[in-house]
Amino acid sequence: MIVEDAICSFCGCLCDDINVEVEESKIKRVKHACRLGSSKILGHSRIKAPMIRRDGELMEVSYQEAYDRAAEILLHAQKPLLYGWASTVCEAQKKGILLAEEVGGVLDSTATVCHGPSVIGIEEKGLPGATLGQVKNRADTIVFWGCNPAEAHPRHSLRYSSNVCGRFTPEGREGRKIIVVDVRETRTSKNADETVIIQPGTDYEVISALRMLVVGKGDVVPDEVGGVPKAELDGLAKMLLAARFGTVFFGLGITHSRGRYKNIDNALSLVAELNSHTKFVIMPMRGHYNVGGIGQALAWSSGFPMSVDFTRNAPYFNPGETAACDLLAKADTDAALIIAADAASNFPRAAVKALAKIPVIQIDPYENPTTLIAEVVIPSAIAGIEVAGTAYRMDGLALRMRKLVDTSYPSDEEILSHILESVRRMRAGEGA
Amino acid sequence: MIIKGGIVYDPANDVFGEEMDLCVNEGRIVEDAKGEEIDARGLLVMPGGVDAHSHIAGTKVNTGRIMRPDDARLGIEPRSGVCRPSTGYTVPNCYAMGYRYARMGYTTVFEAATPIIEARHTHEELEEIPILDKGALTLFGNNWEVMECVRDKDISKLAAYVAWGLRSARGYGVKIVNPGGGEAWGFGSNVKSLNDPVPSFDVTPAEIIAGLARANEMLHLPHSIHLHFNNLGKPGNYTTALETLELLKDIKPGRMRQVVHVAHMQFSAYGGTSWRDFESKAPVIADYFNSHNHATMDLGQLLFGSATTMTADAPLEYGNARLTHNKWSNHDIELEESSGVVPMVYFRKMLVNAVQWAIGLELALLTRDPWKVLMTTDHPNGSPFINYPEVIALLMSKPKRDAEMATLHEQLPKRTSLGGIERELDWTQIAIMTRAAPARILGLEDKGHLGPGADADISIYNLRPEEVDPSQDHVLVKKALAAAKYTIKSGIVVSQEGQILATPEGKTFWVDAGVPQADMDRLMVDLQEKFEKYYSVRLSNYAVQDAYVPNPKVIRAGIKVEPMKEVA
Amino acid sequence: MKAIMISGRTLAQGAGCECKMSPDFLKAVSVCHLSREDYSSLGLSEGKNVLLKNDFGQAVLTPKVDAGLRQGMVFIPMGPWANVLVGPDTGGCGTPHFKGVEVDVDATDAPVRNIRDLFRGLWRATA
Repeated sequence: MIVEDAICSFCGCLCDDINVEVEESKIKRVKHACRLGSSKILGHSRIKAPMIRRDGELMEVSYQEAYDRAAEILLHAQKPLLYGWASTVCEAQKKGILLAEEVGGVLDSTATVCHGPSVIGIEEKGLPGATLGQVKNRADTIVFWGCNPAEAHPRHSLRYSSNVCGRFTPEGREGRKIIVVDVRETRTSKNADETVIIQPGTDYEVISALRMLVVGKGDVVPDEVGGVPKAELDGLAKMLLAARFGTVFFGLGITHSRGRYKNIDNALSLVAELNSHTKFVIMPMRGHYNVGGIGQALAWSSGFPMSVDFTRNAPYFNPGETAACDLLAKADTDAALIIAADAASNFPRAAVKALAKIPVIQIDPYENPTTLIAEVVIPSAIAGIEVAGTAYRMDGLALRMRKLVDTSYPSDEEILSHILESVRRMRAGEGA
Repeated sequence: MIIKGGIVYDPANDVFGEEMDLCVNEGRIVEDAKGEEIDARGLLVMPGGVDAHSHIAGTKVNTGRIMRPDDARLGIEPRSGVCRPSTGYTVPNCYAMGYRYARMGYTTVFEAATPIIEARHTHEELEEIPILDKGALTLFGNNWEVMECVRDKDISKLAAYVAWGLRSARGYGVKIVNPGGGEAWGFGSNVKSLNDPVPSFDVTPAEIIAGLARANEMLHLPHSIHLHFNNLGKPGNYTTALETLELLKDIKPGRMRQVVHVAHMQFSAYGGTSWRDFESKAPVIADYFNSHNHATMDLGQLLFGSATTMTADAPLEYGNARLTHNKWSNHDIELEESSGVVPMVYFRKMLVNAVQWAIGLELALLTRDPWKVLMTTDHPNGSPFINYPEVIALLMSKPKRDAEMATLHEQLPKRTSLGGIERELDWTQIAIMTRAAPARILGLEDKGHLGPGADADISIYNLRPEEVDPSQDHVLVKKALAAAKYTIKSGIVVSQEGQILATPEGKTFWVDAGVPQADMDRLMVDLQEKFEKYYSVRLSNYAVQDAYVPNPKVIRAGIKVEPMKEVA
Repeated sequence: MKAIMISGRTLAQGAGCECKMSPDFLKAVSVCHLSREDYSSLGLSEGKNVLLKNDFGQAVLTPKVDAGLRQGMVFIPMGPWANVLVGPDTGGCGTPHFKGVEVDVDATDAPVRNIRDLFRGLWRATA
């Protein structure tokens, strides 16, 4: 049986034109997906059963034992961290938020090692954006700043940006100017009309220079900024001003490097300024398929999109203090639930060491380094493949992931519900 | 349940402050019942409040939250009892929306504007709002398919699209915002008048409005078109308002109601030629409403202090951002709409803001028929809904208005007639403007009144209308309205003395309209092409699925009053 | 040699991110890309590894040439090897400094640690 228009559950593109051939509840073939999506959808070998670490070794246990042990850990912790969330659906995320409220923990998402700085920038300046279809139909000038979609969002240029044809862009790639700004040449820059290589950590200065050039104050710009000659920057500024509809897509190149959220603040300001001259939008290239979703769900539930501390029964938000890496850096958390993310692989080593010192509950279909430091491991069904649910694309559009095959694994939402049940039962038992 | 001895205001049933008992059974008002008794002797009793225009759920609202952690901090209430945490003032979190409206005695709230493609998000948030019954109006005014049908004068296909769009969005009615301008904003421009052609589409805003109004009436939708005028927020825009209203006066409504409901009339009742000579044209607008019966309005009252402007009038929002040098979010939505979000503060000593404040009040007081006027603040554009008691107190008390005016910019009396208006609204008129009229205007038969069969949504306030003079005791009025003694929703006491006691899930209203299959087939040819070529999502993933509306209340409509054929 | 390290996504890293314990992932991610010039000047060749060191830690990686890199810049696919070199400080914003990290780069004959070795002894370590 062929399932048409399945939605890929890998990156923030959320391509929804995937064809999946299913036979006897197994996925046989995937069409239209990129290498990343195909790999995800075809699947890998899974954790077979829940496990609890006894005498240093992970031993198989029943699901209920795992739920109870997880609940115990969370209940007895003073400030548990509930982290990850980016690779599961909103229905699970909402349950997780409720759990964090009830155990009085800190809920954070992978955004804080990814586009967290973008969130902070948006809190300073707002987000002048659009849906991807606007870019498809209107954009004649596209800048990829500090991102490499050819490797991280492979079908982006085909479906939404550089190469796609739309109502006002019938010529597709031919009718567009593609500009890449990066510290190195990449697969993405191979498809660019202009590549601007800047010195690492100079994004802020280069953006500032462009802002000055765009408003006609170029005389304050020095001869060279970030290793780029002024004439080249001037040429770039002119290209931006000449756009009928310009778009800046940006990525971890500017969220992770020197300046972090200040870089985003500056880029947002540049695009806002460009709007007094022509039409321009900007969009973060969200990495995981539903990191957008946890941001939305957390915002509508708590008022804040990430790093929310519920320990005092009310949401408290202060990235720099309440983000996952902050808590670990200061040994300010005494237990962790890691779900739909691999903290051990993606955190700085010192944070991983801190994580390894505290009890860790892992909810994931797959074994990864977080498994190697976990106390409790609960294998889950794969959201977006075995479980239907909502995900938010990089432009904020909500789509419903389909269920493609049956599974006997519990969904993330079910697992969290059971843990919550155990928490409530234990709390009532401990004498209200 | 029996509510004993309240002083009941139920204008839809000609009850104007009568002492009577109300009986409730299985969530509805009934003639007779037994059971729990609620002592409401001497107290003000009205149907639960109905808010027909508020921005409570969806992309715009959440963008407001995400970009305003400063706002979240303004209204933090911890978890307690049955309540999850509340945050926010102008952009409350979902739980706060439900609790705070319920505390004030409101039980039904409609989201003012949702793009079809983003309706899934709106429904996710609506589902998170506890207690209230709700619905969402669907945006059509800048939509490519709409404009093409209008250009081709194909009203049958347009009606099919409206039906299809409402079904796809699980929407309640047709919302139109700055028609044509949102599409022009796709390349950074706007439309300047009703007859300004929309770039690339060969239609004018006037044609879009008239076309959608005709389609709306052909479909016998419960609500009329709900319209945010072009040129909103600009000095001198009252002429656009009048022109637009004139455009619609000869259209026959398909139901017993208005042909057009004007959103937040205050923002479109402006005189002057610039901010310098800015003045109120509320009297002219009110005159028009007094001499015509095809239109209704909601106020969009502005109050001083913090607000967050959020609207599908994206060029307006960009203008707000430039004016105030504030942070600015913009979101253009492929083939359908544009929108923007900008925080705002309104100042007493800023003449323009003072005039805006006066205009809303003037409109309410100068329009004779309260059935044509809804009390709103276009939450959170004019002020957060939590401040409704302030608006009501102002409408009921000339001394309060005078005291307030004395604290505002001293030039104000020159720009508005408010100072000379003696009229003070009474409880009947307030009950009409906040309960009976919004229900009638929206076409909600079981809301806004307390006759047998109505939903048992009732608000009881700590105020004795037979003893209190709202004109003098406006402080008491405001306090009483801020926290109902009892708020009853579908026969359950959800709030008592400001404390939330229960958080049942509310229903979501949406309209399922039937059209001839032939028209739907013709429409689908267009839509297949649009999804193949222009949309960034596939048709099969576009519409809102059942999972997002677990508690639906579907209102049927259609070309014949019984639909000819419903389409899956 | 002193260099600036950036870490980020690659196709191979992404394709393997759900089978991190596999040899394919090891091959995809325990890699250090260098410019042609740096590769030569360090005397690297097939079979030789590079040792990257800074205040936060050290990692042995398989060197590869990437013509897109300038001299003095190295690229490591995101993952546990790169993160050995990333510090925990978030500069008050919650996000660590993953790109633009200063490192010392030298040729080495030491082997690349596999993923289980990288995490061996970490659980509940008191040191």
